[in-house]
Amino acid sequence: MNEYSLLLPLLLPLVGAICLLLGHNSLAFQRVGGVACASLTFILSLYLVYVVDQADFVVIQVGAWEAPFGISLVADRFSAVMVAVSSFMGAAVAVYALGEIDDVRLRKFFFPLYLVLIFGVNGAFLTGDLFNLYVWFEVMLIASFVLISMGGGKGELEGGLKYVVLNLLSSIMFLAGAGIIYGQTGTLNMADIARTLSMTPDAGWVTSSSMLLLVSFGLKAGIFPFFFWLPASYHTPPSTVSAIFAGLLTKVGVYALFRAYTLMFVPIFPQVQPLILVLAVLTMVTGVFGAASHFDMRRILSFHIVSQIGYMILGLAFMTPLALAAAIFYLVHHIIVKTNLFLVSGMVVRLKGSCDLAKVGGLLKSAPWLALLFFIPAFSLGGIPPLSGFWAKFAMVKAGLQIESWIAVTAALLVGVLTLFSMTKIWAEAFWKEQPADVDAQPLRNPAGHFAYMVVPVAVLAVSTILIGLFGEPLFSFSERAAAQLLNPQEYISAVLQSQVEVLP
Amino acid sequence: MEGLIAVLVGVLFATGTYCLLRRSIVKLVIGVILISHGANLLVFTSGGLLAGRPALVPSDGTVPPAPFGDPLPQAMVLTAIVIGFGLTAFLLALVTRAYEAVGDDDINAFRNTDT
Repeated sequence: MNEYSLLLPLLLPLVGAICLLLGHNSLAFQRVGGVACASLTFILSLYLVYVVDQADFVVIQVGAWEAPFGISLVADRFSAVMVAVSSFMGAAVAVYALGEIDDVRLRKFFFPLYLVLIFGVNGAFLTGDLFNLYVWFEVMLIASFVLISMGGGKGELEGGLKYVVLNLLSSIMFLAGAGIIYGQTGTLNMADIARTLSMTPDAGWVTSSSMLLLVSFGLKAGIFPFFFWLPASYHTPPSTVSAIFAGLLTKVGVYALFRAYTLMFVPIFPQVQPLILVLAVLTMVTGVFGAASHFDMRRILSFHIVSQIGYMILGLAFMTPLALAAAIFYLVHHIIVKTNLFLVSGMVVRLKGSCDLAKVGGLLKSAPWLALLFFIPAFSLGGIPPLSGFWAKFAMVKAGLQIESWIAVTAALLVGVLTLFSMTKIWAEAFWKEQPADVDAQPLRNPAGHFAYMVVPVAVLAVSTILIGLFGEPLFSFSERAAAQLLNPQEYISAVLQSQVEVLP
Repeated sequence: MEGLIAVLVGVLFATGTYCLLRRSIVKLVIGVILISHGANLLVFTSGGLLAGRPALVPSDGTVPPAPFGDPLPQAMVLTAIVIGFGLTAFLLALVTRAYEAVGDDDINAFRNTDT
């Protein structure tokens, strides 16, 4: 039975996308089907987390080809929790899309593409094969390319072009790196690569191919100095699309970095560690400075993705049990909070016609409930107790203090303060100050759907960040168990290579 | 043979990078195509090249005779070529639309979303 728990979160979005394509004439079917499929995927992914937490690993050898010859699908605790939280975002944003995505976009197959995106993201989290990971990346990218440039406006096309070209280059680097690894080890199964590399440690090509993968995954994750496409493109599409991109796509890059350096490249990690540490600190700092210099809500939020990615990479660079657990906790917290903030920015656009901070104001008076819905995720991102961001940052800083990495800890704390500064800037400008008299801010004309569709997912996500803050212990102990698995790659290797080949009926 | 192809891969990466650094968006597309072909060739060669040793099982055996060319990189390259072909088609369409929207093929005109 276990194998179904792994297959269903993968197959369901694909089947859903095909059904939606077949029924493309009915927009009502697109809406209902898209939301239903995304929600069902979320429920099934929770079951996957439950199964994985019981069984430690769920492994499928696709087509009953024995590892390392066939493609293995592997779920450990880390990938299971990533699948669950990204499917959660998939469900919430699908509901939000009902309120924002207009009929024109729906006719251009918005929901099928959206489900293919979730399909690609879940696949990338669950695969145990390096070349297969490349294919999942492409599945995810093709869907995201269309989603980002779908509107056909000048900004969308321009931002889309930058996004497409840099992500294509990242895929090419990945392919080259995977090719070199295959040429030298003769295998593509990540567990088998890890096993082979641990027997041939100090070869020059290991470092070079690991650097190619670092650049490729770093480009996708948006770490310094590869992040430039991110703030140049994420603010151009509708908030629904930016929100799902902000929540999921960069995190797939982070996930791949974690998988590469806790499994395949363990033998050379000590040499790479200083580099990753420096990149993490620079990512945090440049991201937060970029955010401080901007005056448009979504551009500020885009730069904050970059700076927060730095915290997660910092967890990888520390590589202690606490740091990895903190990084996993941070990933979960960040995906929820960042998606939520982008969704709030879409509501601001709907009410005021813009999210340029110079043009909007007075929202505290005209929509106090929206102010509350912004306040919760914004100050969670800034790390105010008792919200989830506080515990994430607290654990990360504690992990840094334990290994006496003073500079990184100082940078992390400083970046936290500057994050809070950006959030208070948005708060003071958009919510607190009076509406500028010389700007005529009108609500959007002809909105696509009822406003309640936008309020409900935002409220649900805000409540979940409070719940993680107040009752975060189960999630944190789960993160600790996941981190223990990451630190013990031998378990992963033997789970994949020695798993019984089960023939699926 | 590998040495020759290694040089070719280097030339493709170099010319591709050069095209990427030019200011025209059409050359941007050409650059991406060249680099992706370079990566495909790299993967193709990575398994080692053996002339005239196909991985064919003789009718009276169960395994191909000892040194045989590895077919897996070729399968991988085939996948990568197909993906690259689709993405290039999309990129060309996107570049055309972006050119129509911005009205210029100079990269310097594409700075509206940056700052």
